[in-house]
Amino acid sequence: MKSSKRKSKSSKETDPGETTSIQNIQDELRLRFSQNAPSPSLHGYEKERGQLFDLIKRTASTGESNSVLVIGPRGSGKTMTLNSIYNELIEDDNIRENLLQVKLNGLLQTDDKIALKEITRQLQLENTLGDKVFGSFAETLQFLLDALKCGSQSSKPILFILEEFDMFAHHKNQTLLYNLFDIAQSDQAPICVVGVTCRLDVIELLEKRVKSRFSHRQVYFLNNYSYENFCDICMSYLKIESKPVRCDFIKEWNKQVEKLSKDSTVRDVLQQQFQFNKDIRALHHILMYVVCQLNETRPFPTPSDFVEAMKVTSTDSKSAMLHGISILELCLIIAMKHLTDIYDGEPFNFEMVYSEYAKFAQKRSSMQMYEKAVVLKAFEHLLALELVKSTDGSGTRIQKEYRLMSLLIHPSQITDALQKYPQCPTEVKQWASTSVI
Amino acid sequence: MTDIQEAASENMAEVDNFKEDLNKTFPCRQSQINLLLSLFGQRHQYTYSSLFIYGHTGTGKTAVTTNILNHFKLPHVLVNCVECYSSRFLYEMILNSLHGNSVTESSDLVKCDNMNDFVRMFKQVSQEKGINQETIYIVLDKAERLREMEMNILPAFLRLQELTQQNVCVILLSEIVWEKFRTGSGYCEPFVLHFSDYTNDQLIEIMMLDHPTEYDENFYRMYLNLVLSVFQMVCRNLKELHHLAKLNFQRYAEPVKTGEATAEDTRKLWKNIEPHLKKALQTVYLREVSSSQWEKMQQSIEAGQPPALQGLSSRSHVELPYYSKFLLIAAYLASYNPAKTDKRFFAKHGGKTSRQSKLLKKHERASNHMLGPKPFALDRMMAIFYAVVEGRVAPTANIFMQISSLVSLNLLGHVASDDQIDSPKYKCLVSLDFIKSVSRTVNFEVMRYLFDFV
Repeated sequence: MKSSKRKSKSSKETDPGETTSIQNIQDELRLRFSQNAPSPSLHGYEKERGQLFDLIKRTASTGESNSVLVIGPRGSGKTMTLNSIYNELIEDDNIRENLLQVKLNGLLQTDDKIALKEITRQLQLENTLGDKVFGSFAETLQFLLDALKCGSQSSKPILFILEEFDMFAHHKNQTLLYNLFDIAQSDQAPICVVGVTCRLDVIELLEKRVKSRFSHRQVYFLNNYSYENFCDICMSYLKIESKPVRCDFIKEWNKQVEKLSKDSTVRDVLQQQFQFNKDIRALHHILMYVVCQLNETRPFPTPSDFVEAMKVTSTDSKSAMLHGISILELCLIIAMKHLTDIYDGEPFNFEMVYSEYAKFAQKRSSMQMYEKAVVLKAFEHLLALELVKSTDGSGTRIQKEYRLMSLLIHPSQITDALQKYPQCPTEVKQWASTSVI
Repeated sequence: MTDIQEAASENMAEVDNFKEDLNKTFPCRQSQINLLLSLFGQRHQYTYSSLFIYGHTGTGKTAVTTNILNHFKLPHVLVNCVECYSSRFLYEMILNSLHGNSVTESSDLVKCDNMNDFVRMFKQVSQEKGINQETIYIVLDKAERLREMEMNILPAFLRLQELTQQNVCVILLSEIVWEKFRTGSGYCEPFVLHFSDYTNDQLIEIMMLDHPTEYDENFYRMYLNLVLSVFQMVCRNLKELHHLAKLNFQRYAEPVKTGEATAEDTRKLWKNIEPHLKKALQTVYLREVSSSQWEKMQQSIEAGQPPALQGLSSRSHVELPYYSKFLLIAAYLASYNPAKTDKRFFAKHGGKTSRQSKLLKKHERASNHMLGPKPFALDRMMAIFYAVVEGRVAPTANIFMQISSLVSLNLLGHVASDDQIDSPKYKCLVSLDFIKSVSRTVNFEVMRYLFDFV
């Protein structure tokens, strides 16, 4: 609702003056890369969409009950497809009057009681329900559905969309799922249950009695597009559809985007991203960064923006954190690395680390040897940064010096950090590179 | 030019002015400030649904973010997840501060205890307040605490934009890297932003911001260099360094005040301050004494009195009854010596060591003091006690009372096994230095009886 308002506002701003500035383009693109993108541009999935469309339409028009699971990785466009199907369906007046939609999300409705309340709210039956007290969940749900029957007519079709479906399977006794599937299967009221999830094994989560009531219809959304498709998708995201009033700036913008799509640096960045992560949302992150860098003086994106965006989104955060620790802490990490090498990945405790450090510090005259308490404080800082973790939960009553720890940094990250570390003493570097075995 | 563009260019000028101001208050944070400003964009523009800002303490994560939000009066809520330790407090805090309710007037505070209600009420509040045309920022400081709450909270906050269908941006601030936040699925990745640490020069530049006005700038810079040279190896935390520099400055400036040295005589000043800084490293830095105690100690030293026993020295100094000391020593020996060796140390004719046991000893040598104290039965400790204590001691209730008071002093630990009432097990919790100083007071050579050191 909100987004449509925004869209109309931005078009109002642009049309009369015919002076689309970078601001307006930024507005539109930023919205497009946010989670509230108003008009999703879908790529592929025609077959899957058709399947779902038919199914939901049958419920909406003929009152047939259905249940289906939509499975696919995150960001593959499951929810977007469902939204676009719904929007297309309600263009039909008949369906718009009849079809009700209930949207539930596993992240929000964390138990069945909250879910039931939310269903009541979305069906706008709070008043009908009033203060009535029901014996069971099933009775309440049945009452709600009955309330939707108007007069002698059969009840209105309802579309239930359950996002993060797998989380509903963790509710106690799976009451909600059981009842929804039961209603769908025994044809008590025309409902269509659509579960959306990214878990391929979601069927295994269902209890036997729930599983037997489910229609076992599954639609897979697998993002099996090629690199070429990926590039096209990326550029289509950046392009602005020309408005009815033709505008030079938009034309220029699209020309620039076209130019970018042929640029070898940009293609390299996209290739890198594609091999690393095909997810469209990750692509959004890069594009959003690029768009954010634009302003009046610099209205068009350049290939270097893409390179910069890639750099920002793919920095190794642990190496970055290692860069900011003190020399003493760095020494401790190197000692831990050696200990892990010596004992073949076995956990170690502070005393071992300290003696390893003491051996090193005493050998090199230039290294100042610190008191145990100071070293312990440095050790605790590493613990607080979660670069080191205790292997047996924090609840144990072992003194902290003897608590078993394991190092959570890969040796390559340590080497990386040592190279970048400002004014790192050569002894420390040497110590890190010596093999102990 | 149209109105919009005019407004935009005006806005740009304002942003530039502000950037300058901000760079003055937060030196060395230019790139981060620029990036944040460009990401935020105009008030109504959408931005990332969530930002994750990480970096070490004192790198200005919270300060820079809140300063920008406050300056432009962007609708925002600042929540510290340590304060709001339960999900309910968190929801209510966010809703109430959006609403503009102060916490004191409890009449119309919003009540909310689950995510579902939160999302619904959030929409409601933002519409009521008429801020739904602008980006609402929710800043969650110390975001690592969110991991300890219900498992749906973090993923839900990360996709709050989608769930509320509002223009909202959640900013998470933490010291811990983003990888540690991922557990299970359901995560919309935030845009991860690093606030890098300061180099030494930058540290000095920042600390120069509040140099005492009565002294020369170069003089203070010199002093900061000295402080850094002592502390930088162990600590690069701006807050701690800043505190330590402030605390010790009077001491450093003293010779100049009294006329013993000139401001240029750096060598003399260094000689004067070095021992103090080193001492501060061992006490104030470890928080063994508070800063006020430290100042008091400094004053009493100046006045020529011996300083009260505090800090480092007090750690290995504790007054105990005579028998308690021996009980503690016995407990220490029982904890760190293997039971097999008791015969060798305490029996009259058990001093033989075969070659095999020597080999064994070499293997175990590293372990005992490395791996920590082992639990032992009460009987074993009492047997060692009778062997080491001078004179005959009757096993009276008084002796056993002292064991339990050692436990309550946390010098001994009771190992959890409540089923065995008749033979409880203990563990010795004191360090080697401590036990050395205790045994010195009773003229007992503890090192001769420790398997690791024989």
